Amino acid sequence: MTPPRLELTNVSKAFGGVQALRGVDFSLEPGSIHGIAGENGAGKSTLMKIIAGVHAGDAGEMRIDGRPVHFRSTRDARAAGVGMVHQELSVAPDLSVAENVFLGSQPLTRFGLVAWRRMAREAAAQLDNLGLTIDPTARLGDFPIGVQQLVELARVLFSGARIVILDEPTSALSPPEIARLFDVLRRVRDSGRSLVFISHFLDDILAISDEVSVFRNGSRVAAAKVGPGIDKSWIIERMIGAGREELEESYLHDIALKSRVDAPAVLEAHGLTLEPFYRDVSLVARGGEVLGVYGFMGCGQIELARTLFGKLRPTSGLIKMSGEVVRLANTTAGRNAGVGYVAESRRAMLFREEPIYRNVSIAFLEWISRWLLRPAAERSEAATQTQRLGVRPAGVEAKLGALSGGNQQKVAVAKWLTRPPKALVLVEPTRGMDVGAKEDVVRIVRSLAAEGMAVIVLSTEPETVLAMADRVLVMRKGTLAGEFADCAISKDRLLAAA
Amino acid sequence: MDAHDADAVSRRPAFDLGRLLRDQLRNIAPFATLLILVAFFTIASPSFATVGNLENILQQVSITAIIAVGLTFVILTAEIDLSVGAIANATAIVLTYFTLQPDYVNIANIPLPGSVAIVLAIAACFALGLVTAFGVTKIGIPSFIMTLAMMQIGAGISAVLVRGQIAYSVPPLVLTLGAKSIAGVPWIIIVAALLLLVAHFVLSYTRFGRYVYMVGGNREAAEYSGVNVRVIIGAVMTISAVCSGLAGMLGVAYFGSAQQNEFDTFLLDAIAAVVVGGTSLFGGRGGIGNTIVGLFVLGVLNNGLDYVKIDSFLKILIRGLILLVALVINIYAERLRATRALGS
Repeated sequence: MTPPRLELTNVSKAFGGVQALRGVDFSLEPGSIHGIAGENGAGKSTLMKIIAGVHAGDAGEMRIDGRPVHFRSTRDARAAGVGMVHQELSVAPDLSVAENVFLGSQPLTRFGLVAWRRMAREAAAQLDNLGLTIDPTARLGDFPIGVQQLVELARVLFSGARIVILDEPTSALSPPEIARLFDVLRRVRDSGRSLVFISHFLDDILAISDEVSVFRNGSRVAAAKVGPGIDKSWIIERMIGAGREELEESYLHDIALKSRVDAPAVLEAHGLTLEPFYRDVSLVARGGEVLGVYGFMGCGQIELARTLFGKLRPTSGLIKMSGEVVRLANTTAGRNAGVGYVAESRRAMLFREEPIYRNVSIAFLEWISRWLLRPAAERSEAATQTQRLGVRPAGVEAKLGALSGGNQQKVAVAKWLTRPPKALVLVEPTRGMDVGAKEDVVRIVRSLAAEGMAVIVLSTEPETVLAMADRVLVMRKGTLAGEFADCAISKDRLLAAA
Repeated sequence: MDAHDADAVSRRPAFDLGRLLRDQLRNIAPFATLLILVAFFTIASPSFATVGNLENILQQVSITAIIAVGLTFVILTAEIDLSVGAIANATAIVLTYFTLQPDYVNIANIPLPGSVAIVLAIAACFALGLVTAFGVTKIGIPSFIMTLAMMQIGAGISAVLVRGQIAYSVPPLVLTLGAKSIAGVPWIIIVAALLLLVAHFVLSYTRFGRYVYMVGGNREAAEYSGVNVRVIIGAVMTISAVCSGLAGMLGVAYFGSAQQNEFDTFLLDAIAAVVVGGTSLFGGRGGIGNTIVGLFVLGVLNNGLDYVKIDSFLKILIRGLILLVALVINIYAERLRATRALGS
């Protein structure tokens, strides 16, 4: 019997005191696609990073085609035939398609110059094998994200990878692009290579995988061949365990949306346009409601959010606060108009090296001190707000960087609460959090709306939008493509609309 | 070193020397350098460690200190100002241009009352600072390039106004502050000390000072918190130009004359003082306390090298090496922080 293409036995890994993987066994057959599901922090990306040579495991062994391997770097892993396509693509958009396929390994003429014609020809052939017929001399950045991803996949395959790890490959793709990606992946599989398919999109995993593994809390809790009886609920049950009804519901069942057309409009956008990101976006956020804006990555929602806070200026269109037109020349104007903002990346939002209280007080210093700082007021105010949101550990003197991701996110919200904005814009508020922290944030957002704030949640994760929103707008390629209010909605319908 | 870091340390629950050393590397290293230099020169030359020489050192670093005050603000926001020397020079020359010069000075100048000349000189450096601020914040020219241009503009203003001549007279007030003493203490030391004190107060105890640190610590986060980052950057560039201008005015009195390229060496000295003192080139860390230590390191080094028999040309090389070591420590301290932040 031939050994598996890749086999890991009893692999463990800890970061600091946190056990990220606990004695995981994993095997990958030649010519197969192995889907991996699990909440954030379940250990799936740690495992993949060990396979790709980014991290070294603390214990356990890894074999490729039966031979033990020890990767000290990603270079070792590549040499052994392991390639990875990351969620954030590492393509060079300003170079041609062919240059991207051959990035780092351009064919040379005998004079040591780049053999352009040969490169274009071979790149075209390589892409043709994947069922993608495009001009290899065109600039890659001009193609949609789905094509760019396939070009990156082509590069990984071309460099000799027999094991390809795909991290969230469908998150930024539209349904037809996903269908094309799956065609390509099947071809790659049928050529005898092995693929690992990591995704939050369980339907995608089930549609493409031959086998599926489920991770929870650093362990591989279940594995099965995809077939009858293995469906979404089977995966979800194993992924989240018992007692997570709310989240489970958002995955599976319809969520009943409320509508509150009677509440006064707090933040309005009329025909807001910012080329080339989004066009003619009109929306109304009302006091006391959570307005969700869902769309795939790159649909323009981040730029829309930044415009509503004054970080970006629209090319045309109007923003109104409580019925009055406001011109948001910068973020200070946005804040003073009554908008609060929680950015998609905590790194962009917080000062890691500064104590917690300074991270909180930065948003309201202007109201507690005219010239001189008032350290006591600053600290007590920060303590009040962080306690209110349940930031753990309590105390405002510790450096922000010492907090977990979920608690950092709470700090990012807490800074707005001393002088509550009329409208709070949150972008990807639960990204990269564990289930418990997510629920905390959902609860906080809902309670802020219940107090009368207009909350706008923009996310590329349907679960996030569904768990929080009273009303959902769907953005597609820079325009509003639909609205769900006062009806029942499931993740599937939301995805279908985007 | 500065209030900023000191309070973070005092509240750390358990005392951990290794960690303290790592965290405070940027504060401890300059201070250790200073102690080593003082010890070395004290042993090497018996006349080094005297009260008289301390006054010398203080006087010698005063002009650099005034420039370094403004530069500390700039570097704390992770920007740079290369125009400080040129703006000091231009301001000095504007001042003399509006002051009655002796007969033998062949400059077609416009003599005005001393107070008017001082106001005009301050207005000049303020205006130059506003131009820098406008270029950096509104147009978006990187401060490195923008102030490089301003360096040329400052030098150009100086050249046009004095046309290769040397001016000598300054208004009486400037002469007093730059070249006279009170109760045996040179006024220029007092002015520099006051400016350092005020700057320390502003950076540590005012809202503006907090914004300077926060903008330097994470500009994007400051912006996403509603801080008007452009205003803060514009303000620090203007503060830097005005400090340079003050240094230039007092410098004319101190040196006794104003001419082209008189302040060229102060650019490097002032940057060196700030960076050797341990203020992070990446912004957000350090402060006036660091700058004071940096000024002493430079002052002791320059002064002490005169007390030991050393080739005067070698002095330049030694200063370069000290600056290089300081830069290495600066970057290394930043990296230590970064790796620790990742680990936690």
